[in-house]
Amino acid sequence: MEFAELIKTPRVDGVVLHRPFLPTVEGTLCLTGHHLILSSRQDNTEELWLLHSNIDAIEKRFIGSLGTIIVKCKDLRIIQLDIPGMEECLNIASSIEALSTLDSVSLMYPFFYRPMFEVIEDGWHLFSPEEAFKDLESMTDEWRLSEVNKDFTVCPSYPSLVTVPKDIDDDTLCKAAAFRHGGRFPVLSYYHKKNGMVMMRAGQPLTGTNGRRCKEDEKLINATLRAGKRGYIIDTRTIAVAQQAKARGGGFEQEANYPQWRRIHKAIERSNILQESLIKLVEACNDQSNSMDRWLSKLEASNWQSHVKEILTTACLAAQCIDRSGASVLVHGTEGTDSTLQVTSLAQIILEPACRTIRGFQALVEREWLQAGHPFQQRCAQSAYSNGKPRSEAPVFLLFLDCVWQILRQFPCSFQFNEHFLITLFEHAYASQFGTFLGNSAAESRVKLKLSRKTVSLWSWVNRPQELERFVNPLYEPNSLVIWPSVAPQSLLLWEGVFLRWNRSTKFLDEAYEEMVHIIEYNKELQNKVNSLRRQLAQLETEDSPLQTP
Amino acid sequence: MEHIRLPKVERVQLLDRGSSRRAQVGTLYLTASHTIFVDNETEVCSEIWVLHSLVCNVEKQSVTAFGYPLLIQCKNFQVIQLIIPQENDCNDVLMSLLRLSRAKRYEELYCFSFKPNIDKAERDQAWDFIDLRAEYSRMGVPNKLWHVSPINREYRVCDTYPTDLFVPKSATLPVIVGSSKFRSRGRFPTLSYYCKETQVTICRSSQPLSGFSARCLEDEQMLEAIMKSNPGSRFMYVVDTRPKLNAMANRATGKGYESEDNYTNIKFQFIGIENIHVMRNSQQKLIEVSDLRSPSMGEFLLGLENSDWLKHIQTILTAGKFISKAVAEEGVSVLVHCSDGWDRTAQVCSVACILLDPYYRTLKGFMGTYLCDRMAFPYRYSHLDEDPKEVSPVIDQFLECVWQLMEQFPCAFEYNERFLISIHNHIHSCQYGNFVCNSEKERKDLGIREKTHSLWPHMWKNKSDFVNPLFRPDHSQTQGVLRPLTTPYCFKFWRGLYNHFDRGLHPRQSVLDCLMAVKEETQQLEELLAVCEQKLAALGKEHANSLCVKRHSINHRQTLWAEPAHLSSANSPQDYTGGILSTGPKDWPVQQRETESTELSLFGDATKSSDPDNSDQESGVADFSCHSSSGGDSFPSEDSVKDADSDEAAFNTA
Repeated sequence: MEFAELIKTPRVDGVVLHRPFLPTVEGTLCLTGHHLILSSRQDNTEELWLLHSNIDAIEKRFIGSLGTIIVKCKDLRIIQLDIPGMEECLNIASSIEALSTLDSVSLMYPFFYRPMFEVIEDGWHLFSPEEAFKDLESMTDEWRLSEVNKDFTVCPSYPSLVTVPKDIDDDTLCKAAAFRHGGRFPVLSYYHKKNGMVMMRAGQPLTGTNGRRCKEDEKLINATLRAGKRGYIIDTRTIAVAQQAKARGGGFEQEANYPQWRRIHKAIERSNILQESLIKLVEACNDQSNSMDRWLSKLEASNWQSHVKEILTTACLAAQCIDRSGASVLVHGTEGTDSTLQVTSLAQIILEPACRTIRGFQALVEREWLQAGHPFQQRCAQSAYSNGKPRSEAPVFLLFLDCVWQILRQFPCSFQFNEHFLITLFEHAYASQFGTFLGNSAAESRVKLKLSRKTVSLWSWVNRPQELERFVNPLYEPNSLVIWPSVAPQSLLLWEGVFLRWNRSTKFLDEAYEEMVHIIEYNKELQNKVNSLRRQLAQLETEDSPLQTP
Repeated sequence: MEHIRLPKVERVQLLDRGSSRRAQVGTLYLTASHTIFVDNETEVCSEIWVLHSLVCNVEKQSVTAFGYPLLIQCKNFQVIQLIIPQENDCNDVLMSLLRLSRAKRYEELYCFSFKPNIDKAERDQAWDFIDLRAEYSRMGVPNKLWHVSPINREYRVCDTYPTDLFVPKSATLPVIVGSSKFRSRGRFPTLSYYCKETQVTICRSSQPLSGFSARCLEDEQMLEAIMKSNPGSRFMYVVDTRPKLNAMANRATGKGYESEDNYTNIKFQFIGIENIHVMRNSQQKLIEVSDLRSPSMGEFLLGLENSDWLKHIQTILTAGKFISKAVAEEGVSVLVHCSDGWDRTAQVCSVACILLDPYYRTLKGFMGTYLCDRMAFPYRYSHLDEDPKEVSPVIDQFLECVWQLMEQFPCAFEYNERFLISIHNHIHSCQYGNFVCNSEKERKDLGIREKTHSLWPHMWKNKSDFVNPLFRPDHSQTQGVLRPLTTPYCFKFWRGLYNHFDRGLHPRQSVLDCLMAVKEETQQLEELLAVCEQKLAALGKEHANSLCVKRHSINHRQTLWAEPAHLSSANSPQDYTGGILSTGPKDWPVQQRETESTELSLFGDATKSSDPDNSDQESGVADFSCHSSSGGDSFPSEDSVKDADSDEAAFNTA
């Protein structure tokens, strides 16, 4: 097997492991094809099982013949391994480096992982476009499911089935696709039952410098408007950036050609800037020697919170156009696979109560991220410790989760899931035994990689009752309203659960969470007791007085 | 009364700073104690009541098309913006408020005219609610090492100290007198906290008058006596909470700090808490930051950094941690002082107490610390129209330290954030006599006990509002010493206080409220369960009916917390657009071609807001800071509701 060549030293004894908040452990270090394992060979001591794919970067140091490897993980944890023997240390380091940067997707752990649990409900078949369309059909007959992309030739990053206006034929779709970046012609993202308004998403129009237009594209999006109604186009880029895109063949919808639409530009940054921001933020959080001034100025300079605010604001704007102004909305940026998806998915969290359930959120991630062609493989190839020049890594999905967390903080009773669920998704997007986040598009993951046959879906695991329990928000009470978050800086907090997770103990916060669960469980227990006693009483009463009538 | 130039102004506009919503139009009333704005337009009568004593600044702003704007800023960080149609009226309101909000004599303060409906016996009882001696005896003094010294009877030695002071038994009267003469304002070292289990103490004083070389044998003996009263340790810490530079500068004026050469067995330590002038500026900057209208994230964070406020909070908490560590872990007694020993000293000692002793993390205990620490050894409040340079935010900082601790230890405190904010409000409003004056002597001279009321029984009565649902006396977090982290990222901006009145900035659902409701329901269920069990045992049929009645008194949880009406009142969109959605139709280039009315309702926010569809979600939004009899969480209303009698009277006379 290929891995053996990469593992120069499979085993080293006497290795000392340092981890945040845990006592140091001395034991044997083993490298396997997918894991770095440290075992103390004693009972009751925790061992380390670290996926190579979770390793973001390593550093090595030597003091005499004692080597130290600092392992920086994609989940932001930093661990230290003291390895006796220079050669062993160098071998281990180079093996880790090689194993954590495997190019071939098919060598990834999900293809080797065999679940230790019985898959009751296969997550690969939970959320199909057909199912989603059935829901839509029950509300409106203005849309149809098109198979124009069935072999992924019209748009390689779209799924094989997309929802489009009923009156638009596949031919028109193909022409519109030719006019949109990456062939991403406008498709339905969300239907707002309350007033029948819709949200669509697309890639940028390829107007170029000479202002090309495409009648089919115009026809396609106009078909989503009711008679006499108008819509908004939310371009996630600033007008300046959108202007520059023209030089590279991109552009934006000209007012003259889209008279029924009003264009609004927002300022969500592009992926390389977001990646830089993540690196700076994590650097600030990890620097324990910061003075207060330095901490605040680094936090500010990282711009992370600004990105959160901008993304959330744009999503709120889209939701407001739909729910308050009663207008349909088309969202796009450049490719339509990053900021566009942040906006459309967050807007749905705001508007649609179903997206705030665990199952609904999975469906949302599946629909608006996985099937919508967010390139997870590329974006999550590296995390905050990547020091090389970023290629296409970017914390786009992490920012989305951060925004969801912000809304969750503001509406702590309106979500069925808790913070832990969001953190779990973050971890699995970057490194996982499950195949859900592998690949860059539906075409790649479903067809080329055959993920659904060869790997286990994250949802198959998450939805097991034993796991689900840990993700349920005890405060949840379904809230059918639209939830409007505050986007003021005072209202947006640093997501400590992710960014400070390994820097300070959460013992007291965890205790508070347990106490909260306890309070609510106890209440439920009492309710059940009272109800059962009541039933007993009622029974005894009727037995006692069969003749009495009220 | 004579200060009210104009009791009533009609057609005044009240601007809601938080949103672009239309201004309310109503009538402004000035009474002896309150400024009242009554909205005439809405059907539900909404009112805002603002105590004059809470007003810290009134400012006339430049004229607008609608009239003359008046900005009223309050000590509880409420900001009210009015537009008065006539300039004369505006000036009159301004002059009246300027005078009314600045009491020249203590007797003008609201607590002297505040007359809740309770009799004299009740009032006396209320003042005895917290008993200083009982507090000390809980700590374990007097005992064989510490006793109450008669030395300050009739405030002979130090008029800013109370009469009852604990000192080591081994310190003779001449030693104490000598020490007091060697200390700024006569504030000799005296007991602040005594740890029963270990006999370790925290004492406090003012700075010694050491200058560059002066010594005082009695003062040295005094410290020796304190050190020796802790048999477990061979030395003590002397903590000067000032920055070293400030303390050194004081030597030039004949004051200064203890030299380790002269005082045997002391370890001297500077803490570096800045003086009240620095703190005041810092807080001013912080308030400006919290007042920014739709700031960018960068503006906000830079403003926060530039204010230095969190740095000061960090320093204070670090100081408290140092002292609590000395006491709890090293078993070493500590003497704390700054310059006069009433600002930073009291602040740091209080923080140390909160960290050390779980008792101070209970409601009763907090009120106790309050009495011991701040009434007997007061902070300098700014209730009178004094030199603004003496105004100090030390108490705000103390409350904030407690809040920061609550964030780190969510189960450790019996009281909640609301309690702290409520106390903050009461400290500044002077409705109750507890926080008035700067010394026991002053309080006696003014007859505070006889003429004003005590806050504590009032708060105790409403304690269900102030209890932290996560607190459990037997929880591990509740026990023992708190060891907080003081890394910078552990400190957060206190939105709950500084943006208290900007309700749009707060979480729209409150975990606190939910858990309180659940616990209340749990309590009802427990009672019901007991009844059921009884019934079942007795099997008495006639009881069954009363059970049915009881059943209805149990609210389903959903109605208790996620009540849609409650939620929707705070649940409306902010301005996410920068005005894009509210711009008029004419901004639309295509507008001309289309017909009017559909557009208007489509893109004009103004017409949209009257849409009945939306009204359910928007309703109540404008009432965030308003007087409403149902509200218990917004302070002006709380005050005015509870004291409806006197307010009513004042209102009528006006």
